[in-house]
Amino acid sequence: MQPFRTALLAAGALALSACGSAAGVKSASGSAAPGDAQAPYPSTYTPYPGMPTALTGATVYDGKGGAIEGGTVLFAGGELVAVGGPDLAIPEGFTRIDAAGKFVTPGIIDIHSHLGDYPSPAVDAHMDGNEMTDPITPQVWAEHSVWPQDPGFSRAMANGGVTSLQILPGSANLMGGRTVTLKNVPSRTVQGMKFPGAPYGFKMACGENPKRVYGEQGRMPMTRMGNFALNRKTWIEAREYADGDREERDLAMETLAGVLDGEILVHNHCYRADEMAFVLDMAEEAGYRVSAFHHAVESYKIADMLREAGACSAVWADWYGFKMEANDAIPENAALIHNAGACVVIHSDDENGIQRLNQEAAKAQADGLRMGIEIADAEVIRWLTLNPAKAMGIDVMTGSLESGKMADIVLWNGDPLSVYSRPEKVWVDGALLYDALDPQRRPVSDFELGQPGAGDVK
Amino acid sequence: MKPLAAFAAAMVALAMTTPAAAQDFAVVHATLAIGDGSDPVQDANVIVQGGKVVAAGKDAAVPQGLPVIDATGKWVSPGLFAALTDLGIYDVDAVWQSNDTSAGEAPFSAALDVAPVVNPEAQNIKVSRAGAVTRASVVPRAGSSIFAGQGAVIDLGADPEPVVTRRAFQYVELGENGARLAGGSRMAAYVSLANALAEARDLAGRGRNDDVLLNRPDAAALIPVVTGEQALYVHVERAADIRSALALRQDFPKLDLVLVGASEGWMAAQDIAAAGVPVIAMALNDLPAGFEQLAASQSNVGRMVDAGVKVAIGRFGDMNQPRYAPQQAGNLVALNRIPGAAGLSWGEAFAAISSIPAEISGLEGQAGVLKPGAAGDVVIWDGDPLELSSAPLRVFIDGVEQPLDSHQTRLKERYRTPEEGELPKAYEW
Repeated sequence: MQPFRTALLAAGALALSACGSAAGVKSASGSAAPGDAQAPYPSTYTPYPGMPTALTGATVYDGKGGAIEGGTVLFAGGELVAVGGPDLAIPEGFTRIDAAGKFVTPGIIDIHSHLGDYPSPAVDAHMDGNEMTDPITPQVWAEHSVWPQDPGFSRAMANGGVTSLQILPGSANLMGGRTVTLKNVPSRTVQGMKFPGAPYGFKMACGENPKRVYGEQGRMPMTRMGNFALNRKTWIEAREYADGDREERDLAMETLAGVLDGEILVHNHCYRADEMAFVLDMAEEAGYRVSAFHHAVESYKIADMLREAGACSAVWADWYGFKMEANDAIPENAALIHNAGACVVIHSDDENGIQRLNQEAAKAQADGLRMGIEIADAEVIRWLTLNPAKAMGIDVMTGSLESGKMADIVLWNGDPLSVYSRPEKVWVDGALLYDALDPQRRPVSDFELGQPGAGDVK
Repeated sequence: MKPLAAFAAAMVALAMTTPAAAQDFAVVHATLAIGDGSDPVQDANVIVQGGKVVAAGKDAAVPQGLPVIDATGKWVSPGLFAALTDLGIYDVDAVWQSNDTSAGEAPFSAALDVAPVVNPEAQNIKVSRAGAVTRASVVPRAGSSIFAGQGAVIDLGADPEPVVTRRAFQYVELGENGARLAGGSRMAAYVSLANALAEARDLAGRGRNDDVLLNRPDAAALIPVVTGEQALYVHVERAADIRSALALRQDFPKLDLVLVGASEGWMAAQDIAAAGVPVIAMALNDLPAGFEQLAASQSNVGRMVDAGVKVAIGRFGDMNQPRYAPQQAGNLVALNRIPGAAGLSWGEAFAAISSIPAEISGLEGQAGVLKPGAAGDVVIWDGDPLELSSAPLRVFIDGVEQPLDSHQTRLKERYRTPEEGELPKAYEW
């Protein structure tokens, strides 16, 4: 977004977009029964064909904190076959790609995106991210707002190496609705992008946005105390529903019951430390867990509490000052959270930022180093791969380079923590979907087709 | 207190009483970025005396007795020039009481002047200064008219006088935003602009008649625009809008135009080059954020430069912070390795955030470059300035060493460990 456009929206849609809660429910049904088969709007995604491939000679960051020099990565049939050093045997029939001097990481994962529900072009007709008609809307699902032709998906892949992402409703509402986790694969339908087996998320929002949006309408919540009162009232109702027979269909209560069952993962937009501390108590009172605080610019003040609670902090590297609750944001936030032993995720909340999550992580790493906190490169890569995968409940399937996991892989033409490096190839489930060296492996959305600049390098 | 912090505090205290005196010094054995588009030079020196650069280069001799800063293993560069910022005109963007960026309910537009508003104590100035930004242009945002008002050029020194050039330029919106502000169409934006300039010409010439739309201050403010004494910054993105903006000089031949935005500039690059009009563009716009920039590409800047257009990286507002300028420049260097993309050389990229925006802003040879006679704006870096891991170690403005602390640095120190000690955190300062 252009800065000046952003400014216009600072008190509106853009500021609202900062927040998310993803619920990880395998089932959309009232009983929250697991398994896509019973869920409505099931994923229809199946991996595209790929070739058995061996990447050799690369520096490999495995996503779980490990690094291999001169590493070998083998994948076939959409899955990782083996990851090892130069001595790893390469089976017959594998296409070899010499990756000497290059780097390999798992596919990058953005835990906080509004691609599709606030797509480009950012015209009024596309403002589908905030159901700003009621502060409590657990019944809405972000997937029903996603426009799969958003050109932002292709930029996230080509420039950012993003292979999976969570799309959240905005943060106008205290309870904004269900999130959806997608594979970054061009598709005619959203179902064709839905990450098979990913739990749903549930988006909640603290602070300024809900109280401003509804306070301006003379409605509750007008204050932070109103925010909490309305949340607590809703959780009491949800508990009653969840403890009942769940016979009557109620889309909102079904989502909340899924949260209370632990199958839908809570992603809570929350900037300030004191509010996060209250949310942790509210979660205990209501009987759920916070998977991640998003935009948690003050996590560094309570990193010890977040470690104990097991809640991740999804953060920008160094955004600050755009609103009152971001006034105490500091560039050392990620490093200080990490240093306290709590979980760091670097997120974007932005169609441009998602193209450079690796660079944001590198800046956060450097800011930490300058205050004496040394964090290894391979560990920093975890902030964009396995950590978001865990907070989204997909870490069994992706987020690290391990045998049997999805072959979601980025080959970088240099150190991904350097400004001079770019993704060279990106595989999703073993299918080569981007190749910087091959213009035909560059996705062009329906929207851009036949328009100026279609198929350009971007 | 640590020595560095003590030094910074002393600098602040000093700045609050009297402006610090310029220091004479030499930076030696550094990797030198001159800022003029040339490649970095190994093992070079920079000599600053009387607040000005005296010499810079491999052979720059260090006068006897001059204090020397050994920068072996480090880099030295001019301070960065951030074109089109909101520095010093808000504290917190979304807190309206602190925000002077636009005046949509005022009866004035072109007459608005940002110069008296700039607050040198604003945190965004301190944070940007620590990010190597030593000078910037500050621009209002258009409120209720296509004219945003008059921008200023500032330095980011820790002293009470930020403004270098008052009323440096006028800013007008002529794309989608201009259409909205003018009443719903680009047609109205062009009529508004032409009428406003005509009224200014009348006011300067045979006098003001009764049949006017502009109030007197707004018309008066546009007189230097019509005469070409003040630059007119025109915000347009679409290639067609760029060509229409360039054509304004058919009716108003003295306009000193600068194009702002120009996301589709690469499609009109030959025309822009032929017109000799410089551009201030965002480096990494690559999305069709609106219908006026369907062809946005990260190769935009590189392609315009290749066509001979003078292009600065700029438009730093709210989330797009001025301290991101080196990262954005670095990304354009990275493009050189992508077939079909147009990037910049390292020297070109650094110039796009130093000397070129300074030139466009009226400070040619005076800022953004380490050449004899230029301001002593010098930054010593711990590594390649464009690399993500690098940061400024010391920053000088007009030869005066600057404090690099801020609200942020103090919070960082307070919360080095989150647990409270024998007293609450409020006592750690």
